[in-house]
Amino acid sequence: MDWETVIGLEVHAQLKTRSKIFSGAPTAYGAPPNTQANVVDAALPGTLPVLNREAVRMAARFGLAVGATVHKRSVFARKNYFYPDLPKGYQISQYEHPIVEHGRLTIVTDQGEKVIGITRAHLEEDAGKSLHEEGEGVTGIDLNRAGTPLLEIVSEPDMRSAAEAVAYLKVLHTLVRYLDICDGNMQEGSFRCDANVSVRPRGATRLGTRAELKNINSFRFVERAIEYEVRRQIALISGGGTVRQETRLYDSVRDETRSMRGKEEANDYRYFPDPDLPALVISAAFLDEVRAEMPELPEAKRRRFGEEYGLSTYDAGVLTASRELARYYEDTVQAAGVDPKLAANWVTGELAARLNEAGLEINAARVSPVALAGLLRRIADGTVSGKAAKDVFEAMWAGAGDADTVIAAKGLRQVSDDGAIEEIVRQVMAANPKQRSQYQAGEEKVFTFFVGQVMKASRGKANPAKVNDILKRLLRD
Amino acid sequence: MVGRIKANGALNAFITVAEDLALEQAKAADEARAAGAARPLLGVPIAHKDIFCTAGVRTTCASRMLADFVPPYDATVVEKMRAAGCVTVAKTNMDEFAMGSSNETSYFGAVRNPWNQDRVPGGSSGGSAAAVAARLVPGATGTDTGGSIRQPAALCGVTGLKPSYGRVSRFGLIAFASSLDQAGPMAQTAEDCAHLLAAMAGFDDRDATSLDVAVPDFVAGLRGDLKGLRIGIVKEHFAEGVEPRVLAVLRDALREYEGLGARLVDVSLPNSGHAVPCYYVLAPAEASSNLARYDGVRYGYRAEGYRDLEDMYKKTRGEGFGPEVKRRIMIGTYALSAGYYDAYYVKALKLRRLIADDFTRAFEHCDVLAGPTSPSPAFALGVKNTNPVSMYLNDIFTIPINLAGLPALSLPAGFVDGLPIGMQLIGRYLDEGRLLNVAHKFQEVTDWHARVPAGF
Repeated sequence: MDWETVIGLEVHAQLKTRSKIFSGAPTAYGAPPNTQANVVDAALPGTLPVLNREAVRMAARFGLAVGATVHKRSVFARKNYFYPDLPKGYQISQYEHPIVEHGRLTIVTDQGEKVIGITRAHLEEDAGKSLHEEGEGVTGIDLNRAGTPLLEIVSEPDMRSAAEAVAYLKVLHTLVRYLDICDGNMQEGSFRCDANVSVRPRGATRLGTRAELKNINSFRFVERAIEYEVRRQIALISGGGTVRQETRLYDSVRDETRSMRGKEEANDYRYFPDPDLPALVISAAFLDEVRAEMPELPEAKRRRFGEEYGLSTYDAGVLTASRELARYYEDTVQAAGVDPKLAANWVTGELAARLNEAGLEINAARVSPVALAGLLRRIADGTVSGKAAKDVFEAMWAGAGDADTVIAAKGLRQVSDDGAIEEIVRQVMAANPKQRSQYQAGEEKVFTFFVGQVMKASRGKANPAKVNDILKRLLRD
Repeated sequence: MVGRIKANGALNAFITVAEDLALEQAKAADEARAAGAARPLLGVPIAHKDIFCTAGVRTTCASRMLADFVPPYDATVVEKMRAAGCVTVAKTNMDEFAMGSSNETSYFGAVRNPWNQDRVPGGSSGGSAAAVAARLVPGATGTDTGGSIRQPAALCGVTGLKPSYGRVSRFGLIAFASSLDQAGPMAQTAEDCAHLLAAMAGFDDRDATSLDVAVPDFVAGLRGDLKGLRIGIVKEHFAEGVEPRVLAVLRDALREYEGLGARLVDVSLPNSGHAVPCYYVLAPAEASSNLARYDGVRYGYRAEGYRDLEDMYKKTRGEGFGPEVKRRIMIGTYALSAGYYDAYYVKALKLRRLIADDFTRAFEHCDVLAGPTSPSPAFALGVKNTNPVSMYLNDIFTIPINLAGLPALSLPAGFVDGLPIGMQLIGRYLDEGRLLNVAHKFQEVTDWHARVPAGF
């Protein structure tokens, strides 16, 4: 039978606010346990939540960016359940009335563009963490994470393959970082993903029973977890079984999913509107403010890079993968005043390779856009060859100074003087009469031999274009 | 003061006497006065209901669950009153987590009514009411979720005001039902209440439900006369179910008002009969969630000898809460459960709206409403605490006001069998000033509020 996979994703994006969503405690990651929690986070008696306006601003920014409705009125509810890392005995979340609804994101796969619907995005608080490893038979509770603002972004079940799910996740990941609302760090749990996966015979209109996959904290694991789960469900149904609606945990070591709890074991969360928090009302003026500070979004930037700089779709995509990289590129182009394609080649080539090698982010690049622009100008005006430029770049990366300093110090200035090059060509021809005869007899291949010899004799400094011209002229004589 | 409090331990009005703190604050007040400070509340001793967090002084909410809990912060009310010069002398007894109308659910034992020590003082702010009635303190704080300031004020013969919802910050007030809880003053007179409310009221950025509106000068507002005041008489509050002698006291009091130039207007609150069932869905629903934090994990009581996490929760909560608290947690949990939410919680919210709308319509015809605070005088200890429904019906006249978020005040209006009877005045939203004025004018021409129980 031919099967169709149906996937919907729930992403928890941790918002980059300085303080928590309902308390003034800071949100720093990795601090000693319980140093980033106050009496509100610890749910001491009589303490009350007060909404962080910055979290609302970020949620609204996201809503506008995905073309969604940002509701004028949304409501915080309590999700009630007992767990030691949930201090109040309930999580404050949005339930019936989320702040954002009905958005969309465009993904690009091998099959082309596809629009994925975003059902809703709502604000909620994170829980603390239980620490089991320390002490014997004792569980510690770290409340540093308790109350950290989350935006839960729920997609429609619009994805039909693990590849589409990963593509969606990547677009979303890029977007939240563009919007400067989430640092996107998946290892630290700032960007977490749950996947609802089901299968059905191709052509069926009803959805199959879904399993919710949890604990998938990298793009690669999302792909592998979904693929495993699809295989499991197909095998199960093909063998006459039925899929149970349940929550399954992905084990990346064994590369499999395991049942965590079934639907019947699910809590009754007894949601009701939180009486400590008035309905969240967003004014038109606030929304205008958010709209005004909206950065250029990845898709628009990609299109503009293609049109404005004449870049390929691929290069434009690479250069707009993050706001910082795009800014680096544009700063370089503007400072250099050279062919934007040359700049693109350098940024996606040499620079990217160095960053990768050193494990650095673009912001930590050891060659600034202005410095790179200085080098690109020397390439464009023929001062250095493309090949020598790589050596110059390496030296600049190592801290040897700007392009002109390095070129002068290393004597890498390209020789473009016709007389000087002719002199070298004549010497090379004189030293290789046999090869010259071969060339004159029509063996064109020998030409590259002469180019190599001339470049060698000039210690790489001869302008290759001029070498070509002069060789062609003199060899025939 | 501290000596008097200690000498009257039989009333059981206090859970904790903050002797050292009181002496320290009193000394500071004396020094401030010597330095020329002249604030009206400077040096005035105050008892706080043990539901308000007091930094460094244990705050129990009259529960075993918090019997040893010492908060590291002051409630906003406590902070503001201290800033006004008040001296905190003690924490008053109350019904456990403010759930009760007789002060019999306290883990620390029942409070006795100073007018008759076999009678209840009312609840849940029974300790505050008894302490003021017995002249152990000139003023105290209370909280009122369904009548918990007004009913004990009535039963003990003192004046108590529940402000409009949002007028006084709830930060540091241990929550029972968040959408209904409101803190307010209890004292001998409306004038004293005006001074105390002036100190308590105001916006607080730590409470998202507190109102960012100007606080009027309640003390200056006491002076206006009552000529032309329209007092609404609620038909449903003068009906059967109320002890006839209580109604007779009320009728006499209303004649006093007519003598002061007020006019009586008949009004109706047709949905007020739904208030008690509505309240007993909403308040327990919120409480079931508010009290989930008492799990033995971070602070408060934790049972010993548990097998696992689940067992720890069950034993801790089973042993830490008293029967009335457990009853309300169960009712509330049920009302919010899947399949019952719409039938109970959502329906109760709709009723709440209807009840509030009744008041809006009534206030088109009058400026304040007047009626009995409680259907009967103080009842005997141990009589109603075995029958929850008869206990709940004590608050039939006070509950609708909390549901509507309005201000209301109870003041002494007379006696039946030597027990005080309270008159409830209900005001428009944020109209506390008028209630205090209307009560003050009555107290200028009567002396019910000045009567002291024998032996105090």
